[in-house]
Amino acid sequence: MTELIQDLHAPTAPEGTGPIAIGAPVSRTDGRAKVTGSAKYAAEHTADDLCFGVVVNSTIARGRILHIDDAEALQCPGVLRVITHLNRPRTRRIGLFFKDMTAPGGTPLKPLYDDVIHYSGQPVALVVAETFEAARHAATLVRLTCAAEPHETRLADGLGRARKPSRLKAGYSPPPAAKGDAEAAYAAAPVKLESYFYSGVEHHNPMELFASTVIRGPDGHLTIYDKTQSSQNSRWYVSHVFGLPKHKVTVRNPWVGGAFGSGLRPQYQLPLAVMASLALERSVRVVLTRQQMFTFGHRPETLQRVRLAAERDGTLVAIAHEAVAETSRLEDYVEVVVNWSGQLYRCANIQLGYKVVPLDHHTPIDMRAPGAAHGVHALEIAMDELASALDMDPLALRLHNHADRSPMDDLPFSTKTLRECYAQGAERFGWAARAPLPRARREGNEWVGWGMATGTWDALQLFARASAVLHADGRLVVSSAATDIGTGTYTVMAMIAAEALGLPLERVTFQLGDSTLPVAPIQGGSSHVATVGSAVAGACTKLRERLLRMAGRLPGSGFADARLEHVRFEGGRMQLAAGPAVSIDLCDLLARAGETRIEEKYLLLPNVLQQKKYVRATHSAVFCEVRVDEELGTVRVTRVVSAIDAGRIINAKTARSQVTGAVVWGISQALHEETHADHALGRFMNHDLGEYHVAVNADVHDIDVLFVEAPDPIVSRLGAKGVGEIGIVGVAAAISNAIFHATGKRIHSTPMTPDKVMRSDSGPAGAAQG
Amino acid sequence: MNPITFERAAASEAALARADAIPGSGPRAGGARFIAGGTNLLDLMKADVMRPATLVDINALALDRIERQDDGTLSLGALARNADTARHPLVREGYPLLSAAILAAASPQIRNMASNGGNLLQRTRCSYFYDTGVPCNKRNPGSGCPAIGGLNRQHAILGASAHCIATHPSDMCVALAALDARVHVRSRDGGARTVPFADLHRLPEDRPDLDTTLQAGELISHIELPPADGLAAHSTYLKVRDRASYAFALVSVAAALEIDADGRIRDARLAIGGVAHKPWRLRAAEQLLVGQPSAAAPFAGAAEALLAGARGQGQNDFKIPLARRAVVRALEMAVAGVLSNTGADGARTQAERPTP
Repeated sequence: MTELIQDLHAPTAPEGTGPIAIGAPVSRTDGRAKVTGSAKYAAEHTADDLCFGVVVNSTIARGRILHIDDAEALQCPGVLRVITHLNRPRTRRIGLFFKDMTAPGGTPLKPLYDDVIHYSGQPVALVVAETFEAARHAATLVRLTCAAEPHETRLADGLGRARKPSRLKAGYSPPPAAKGDAEAAYAAAPVKLESYFYSGVEHHNPMELFASTVIRGPDGHLTIYDKTQSSQNSRWYVSHVFGLPKHKVTVRNPWVGGAFGSGLRPQYQLPLAVMASLALERSVRVVLTRQQMFTFGHRPETLQRVRLAAERDGTLVAIAHEAVAETSRLEDYVEVVVNWSGQLYRCANIQLGYKVVPLDHHTPIDMRAPGAAHGVHALEIAMDELASALDMDPLALRLHNHADRSPMDDLPFSTKTLRECYAQGAERFGWAARAPLPRARREGNEWVGWGMATGTWDALQLFARASAVLHADGRLVVSSAATDIGTGTYTVMAMIAAEALGLPLERVTFQLGDSTLPVAPIQGGSSHVATVGSAVAGACTKLRERLLRMAGRLPGSGFADARLEHVRFEGGRMQLAAGPAVSIDLCDLLARAGETRIEEKYLLLPNVLQQKKYVRATHSAVFCEVRVDEELGTVRVTRVVSAIDAGRIINAKTARSQVTGAVVWGISQALHEETHADHALGRFMNHDLGEYHVAVNADVHDIDVLFVEAPDPIVSRLGAKGVGEIGIVGVAAAISNAIFHATGKRIHSTPMTPDKVMRSDSGPAGAAQG
Repeated sequence: MNPITFERAAASEAALARADAIPGSGPRAGGARFIAGGTNLLDLMKADVMRPATLVDINALALDRIERQDDGTLSLGALARNADTARHPLVREGYPLLSAAILAAASPQIRNMASNGGNLLQRTRCSYFYDTGVPCNKRNPGSGCPAIGGLNRQHAILGASAHCIATHPSDMCVALAALDARVHVRSRDGGARTVPFADLHRLPEDRPDLDTTLQAGELISHIELPPADGLAAHSTYLKVRDRASYAFALVSVAAALEIDADGRIRDARLAIGGVAHKPWRLRAAEQLLVGQPSAAAPFAGAAEALLAGARGQGQNDFKIPLARRAVVRALEMAVAGVLSNTGADGARTQAERPTP
């Protein structure tokens, strides 16, 4: 029986919410707990014997630790221990044990394992003290002597070492084999272009800092509150690294203050906190600083080349898209950068390539729409360049080459409303009034430009289990070890269950965020609703069947011959659709059956045989208006319309929020975000939120989101496809294309900062390349 | 715990008796330092960039007044908060340039805490200065300057040295430089002196650890602004930055013109920020404008003169043409009576702009 775990404080909708319909704009059930501060994040849990760890990081990018002088640190009052590779508790030795569920090929960094420095910012010691203040001060007193070795941190310097990566990462598909002969078609085509693209490193920077609080029970059991996108992934990792059996470790993440992919893998504060807890036999909390948030995974530095060729009528005849991206020397981080170019447009000749260059950085990690955010960006700017070369409207060019079936393998799409997204988005934006040529409209000191782009992302379904327990008092508790990184998981899962059993939303509690709950996948890839939501729906269907069987067995209930399709669940009652007079309150039903609670579990396994007959994807059409002061290089994104094809929408409000937030990040990707490395030092330098720029309120103006819904039964029984990533894809390209339309200047790198946007002193604006 | 003494001073004399560090300068460790709003010092302490032995809290000192003096000058108390200063009627009406510059800076939360004295004494900085894991001549004299040949997109194009190319981050100071402010300073021996604003901050030369010309234990009591009513109507603070709020200036311009009845420029003020170790102002550049018709003044020439000798470090080469254009733009805005391109004033400008 899956119990309600009180310590998780799972939120429930407020009394009076009432029945809800799938798709309704329901406010978050967790909203109140978050804004009033009662939601406790990983760093907010405590214990009587809690002590505090502060991490010391390397300042060189490659080499060996010769000596660690911790004498002064240990003399500080309250300091308990300085844990380094020399005195850490025993961990497993084999690299395989350090691989979490989403680890790519290679061997992960083993924190505090030995004297080898792999990157600048690598954790080299944990200072543990009775107070945070003591630990923080003592951490500044640990002296490190290292022997530095030559490092390489710039992608451009390592292109000679580019190679095909390992394909071992879960969910990764290498570029498919070429279709047709792109080189020959390109050579022969009347209209063609070749463009190079650069995108720098970006760091996720969720508001919540990475933190782990390890609470040690009297029996040595560890309850770990960890910032992660999967409690079960962190539990798995801790068990494997330290050789601790499953029943000795519970990981919880009931509240996560944003993650965006950074929590897909355990970060180093987790093993360090566990080490301290094991070494001192105490409870321990380790919280990273904002600066340390720049010392692990990031979106990799990427170089791309796109070649497009077309007939004069705009028919694409060749697409060639190649990317080279950074990885670490330890692992082959991979993401799907170029495959999208074989999926978006009808074309007879397609050639895709993807390579990696190992550098002396930490291994990159997925960041919202990994691969697509920059890969589709490059393709969509190239499409705009092609439209310009053809004197065609950019939207008309895309419609002309719309892929009704997947161009690479000729499979049908499970559902695809992209044409309607184009039409409705264009209508809402007023695209028809766009001037055909750049530099057509000037207001004051600003050039006004309109741009558009297409976006796409996978519609994934993984496997998950859910439990649904109906209590005699009419409360329904649904459980799965899912995660809510701020996306609305609590709310939409409760909605799915409430609708299935006809209960008011406030009678349903969805609990997540505990590794002992039924298995759920890592919250990533926009798959949670299609996966966990389907498991929840499955468990609730089994409950409905069981309730009907129970009712059928009650003498004179009138349900004896009823089948599930004849029954409605509504207002806390089960009744015959044909004759509402035959009706029973669910509480009465449990009471009469002598049950205090009934539980059903459901294991969702994707119907892979059916799904593989289709390409399953979300799509978007993004339109935007920019105002560019080309003298000063400043850009304002004054209007964005994002039309989204994500199947059936479960909650119009949380889905809209997801896409709106993603558009904001798209603006940020386009104009602001880049982590700058000093390559002589091999170190990221703008490691705080003052210098690593994300869009602020003043950068964000009108954002309009519309959903073009079509239930997709292939992706999930709910018809949902997922909205987590799609909102960001294409936004930066639309902005870049709008800047071109405003000024005639084409910019091929992100972010498009004033130095790149400003008119050059020499030559016409149109000649400059960013 | 970081062993630190925290004391509250009830009077200036008591505060001065305690503090022995040079306000707003190195060395990194030791000494007794004043703390007011703490918006920069606490940051620096958290990053372990500064490690004072003693903090002397001066918030109780009676230095928070903003008042008109008998001689017509305006006195801005060192402890008046940036936000209160920017919103004060005497500042808004008499020195809108200063108000606009303050409001272009930082965030509302920081402006609510930051004192006027503290704004003047915030450290000239760059990201190397803030990272104790790397060399920096300002933080650790003699250790080197990796920004030279490294990441220098934000760095100085004027007045830099082979030891330091950091820029002073303040917006308020750019306006104060243009407005001929004078800084009143008290010293431990009971003395007082007045420092012309141009002499408060220094160029890095071979002592980048020193940001100002203040002496150990000196305390800013107030900032004096000479009357500038003639400039008020044609004042502009233009800030160009990487995002619309909460970012240091790539280039900022404080411009103010006094235009007489027949449209001629009687007085011109021009200072730029984000380009040097201190606000950059050149009388000779302003003189090119005096006596010229405001409708056709040699703005480009003034910009050229102001930027004479500018030299890029590579990544920041764009700042030279950007600064030139920003100066011209700011002067055009000043003639047109447009106060700012940012914040509430900037938003109003955008909203009121007629749509063709």
